[in-house]
Amino acid sequence: MTTSIKTGISRRSFLKGMGGMAFCAAVGTDSIKLMSEAQAAAMANAFVTPWVRIAPDGVVTILTAGAEMGQGSMTSLPLILAEEMDADWSKVTIEWAPPEVDKYGYTDPIGKDKLMWIVGSRANQLYYLPLRTAGAQVRKVLIANAAQKWGVDAATLVTEPGFVVNPVGGAKLSYGEIAAFGTIPDVLPAVDPKELKARKDFRLIGKQVPRRDLPAKVNGTAQYAMDVKLPGMVYASSLHSPAHNAPGKVWEQDGATTSAAPESWNDAEVKRMPGVIAIVKLPNGLAVVADNFSHAKAARAALKATWQKARADGFDSATAMDDYLKVQNDPAAQVVKLETKGDVNAAFAGAAKTYRAEFRSDYGYHAQMEPLNAVVRISDAGDRVEVWEGSQSPDDSVKAVAKVLGVKYEQVTFNQCYMGGGFGRRTLGDYAAECALIAREVKKPVKLIWTREEDMAQGMLRPQSFQRLEAATDAGGKVTGWKHSVVGEGEFLLITGIKIPYYGVPNQLIERRGVSHGIKVKHWRAVGHVFNTFAIESLVDQMAVDQKIDPIAFRMDSMAALPKTRKVFEELAGMVDLKAKLPAGHAIGISITERSGSLGAGAVEVSLNKKTGKIKVHKVWVAVDGGIIVQPEQARHNVESAIIYGISGTLHERVTMKNGAVQQSNFHDYKLMRMADLPEEMHVKFVDVDTRPTGLGEIGNPFIGAAVSNAVFRLTGKRLTHLPFTPDRVLATLNQGKTKA
Amino acid sequence: MASFTLNGKPVTVTGDAQTMLLWALRDDVGLTGTKYGCGASLCGACTVHVNGKAVRSCVTPLASVEGKKVTTIEGLSPDSSHPLQKAWIDNAVPQCGYCQSGQIMKAAELLSKNKKPTRAQIVIHMNGNICRCGTYHRIIAAIEQAAKEV
Repeated sequence: MTTSIKTGISRRSFLKGMGGMAFCAAVGTDSIKLMSEAQAAAMANAFVTPWVRIAPDGVVTILTAGAEMGQGSMTSLPLILAEEMDADWSKVTIEWAPPEVDKYGYTDPIGKDKLMWIVGSRANQLYYLPLRTAGAQVRKVLIANAAQKWGVDAATLVTEPGFVVNPVGGAKLSYGEIAAFGTIPDVLPAVDPKELKARKDFRLIGKQVPRRDLPAKVNGTAQYAMDVKLPGMVYASSLHSPAHNAPGKVWEQDGATTSAAPESWNDAEVKRMPGVIAIVKLPNGLAVVADNFSHAKAARAALKATWQKARADGFDSATAMDDYLKVQNDPAAQVVKLETKGDVNAAFAGAAKTYRAEFRSDYGYHAQMEPLNAVVRISDAGDRVEVWEGSQSPDDSVKAVAKVLGVKYEQVTFNQCYMGGGFGRRTLGDYAAECALIAREVKKPVKLIWTREEDMAQGMLRPQSFQRLEAATDAGGKVTGWKHSVVGEGEFLLITGIKIPYYGVPNQLIERRGVSHGIKVKHWRAVGHVFNTFAIESLVDQMAVDQKIDPIAFRMDSMAALPKTRKVFEELAGMVDLKAKLPAGHAIGISITERSGSLGAGAVEVSLNKKTGKIKVHKVWVAVDGGIIVQPEQARHNVESAIIYGISGTLHERVTMKNGAVQQSNFHDYKLMRMADLPEEMHVKFVDVDTRPTGLGEIGNPFIGAAVSNAVFRLTGKRLTHLPFTPDRVLATLNQGKTKA
Repeated sequence: MASFTLNGKPVTVTGDAQTMLLWALRDDVGLTGTKYGCGASLCGACTVHVNGKAVRSCVTPLASVEGKKVTTIEGLSPDSSHPLQKAWIDNAVPQCGYCQSGQIMKAAELLSKNKKPTRAQIVIHMNGNICRCGTYHRIIAAIEQAAKEV
């Protein structure tokens, strides 16, 4: 079994090197489609890259568009294709697909473009059907070739992993043997969805198939961009304006404009430092180039620069948070309506009781363990550019590099690397583009590494937010009206998870009130879900408590849970006994979240040290409807990972800003969860359903905030309303209303 | 500059007095399994052994390992056969994998001096190593499994 993944594959060797059969990906706008090499080449009017190749020795090579940051889609995407093809998985080799988005991309579910973005837990759900169809087409071609050789009707033949078999007489041809003589029709056979395998016939999907990247990740051989070394390479480290300078529109954020330009700096002094080769002025910062990274890092630390005006100059995150309340109350504020259902005014006017609550959430930093970095080499003539990067969006990295250098997309070769964490940060190619500018300036291959301090200072953050929620109940206690307003920057980032399609509340008004501070903001493992779910499920709990109804029963009945929602709560109720006697000082909180098509109902058991304000999460349960589970072990791993991410974010993680700059600088003041805070138990259960896979990378974290807050309320009678629940904040909440002794 | 034994072989690495072992290993020797995470002894991604003791190579001056024995993830076993490496795969511990060299080297130190660590001892020993993907529970399970083998 192949345990490593090659980068920089040669198209020629892939196609011509060893004979066999090669299938290509078609150029087109409608998801990823298999096509014969002849037809694909005609359509592309250019050299094409094959997608699936069967060598005469039986080795099946499948290109994967699943950029790998630990979530497992590097393995799961080829596995889905191999399933339908009935390939022998032990003979499948995986290679990275090049960033040819017109061929290997999926169709954006919320747009028209094709994308290769491995974000939003999209990979399995969006590639699932196209990959199965492609695998089935390959299988049909293999069967047709065997049928022709044997002179029998193709419809009478079956396959076993790696073989076409004639059930009459038992003759067998391996896929490798067929590849040696087989031909591929110009127009591939069509596959009707009804012809795809029944779930009971799966040999790979839903089975325990290890991720291919594991072996290289226990012996130091897994290649991250951080590990790339080229002949003659020099090392760079950059410094950007501490004050953020982001444009008001999230999509306009790129490397060149999100920090302010340097005005002056101690050039001569730093240039005299050991090993320093150059100081490169960038549109948005300064890069020190040296003979090794130690020298680059030391020189970067010695840089003293002044900066041009930045959009976030003077920005204070605490003051801004206070101002959000004014924005909420300002009748002239710009309001974007996100959901209007029924007649919400009538629901409130006729309510038996109304509820209102306000919530806040601070900025969050991705804190991927690998500080951002890239390697770039430019040919002497300047016409060929090679990039090494770990990217969630290689196509956008190529675009970003091509743009800053003024070259064409086709002139940039992208070498995908493993990512030491992504969490939504690595889709812009901003640091690759920066590295390209430096490489052009010094005329040498360059490895650019942002120090941890720079990575944090230039963090593209989960936005802070203020939320006001109101609910109306009728005489029977049913929730008839629902209002939710969120205030903050980040446009669409701010509103993910704000709608409640899993509940059947008849009258709803959901709004966004946008502001603009010039702070860099970005997707962050479910991003808006983190604070929106926290607010929604906290208010739901508040009503359940007030009406003295069991929290699950309240969600089922008073919130009019939809059938899929009822199912995950029923599963959850089977996992955790809410009536059981808990250890003294422990309580359980309930919450639910949707994300990327999945639904997860969760519970946490917590305790609280009332002297220190420290919350401890002891146990976590979550029941997930994620459709068909492609890789059960990895799916569980993803949900567990998100639970930990959720606890870390809920209890610890907080970015504050002064004068437009991040105040935290490393892991001593941006606290992440460590092993000692690990819950004693985590239970993940997948609901058994036969629907297409949905996203699992982010279903595990957004429910944690409300679940913890709801449990703390049961312990203390106080509601935590500001994420994260740091000990000082918890103590302040506990002491609310108490007079000082 | 320093001469020392690296993964069983003598090496001499040139470098300034201020060069940290991490960068000497990665950039000069070319052993990139040891990772840069924080550069300030806060995360443990750069953990290696010096004379059998786990140290943070990002704050360990190259000069300080003169004449000593340094072991990195590449030298833990020649073929990924160390009980911890096997247990790491059995328990599918790594996600992004970036911190795992440091985690494994830190765990190897524990098992070298405590053959039967309790869960509490594992947590105390490993608490300085951050895993952002949240593989902590699997790390514990893998250490417990490996402890049965060593």
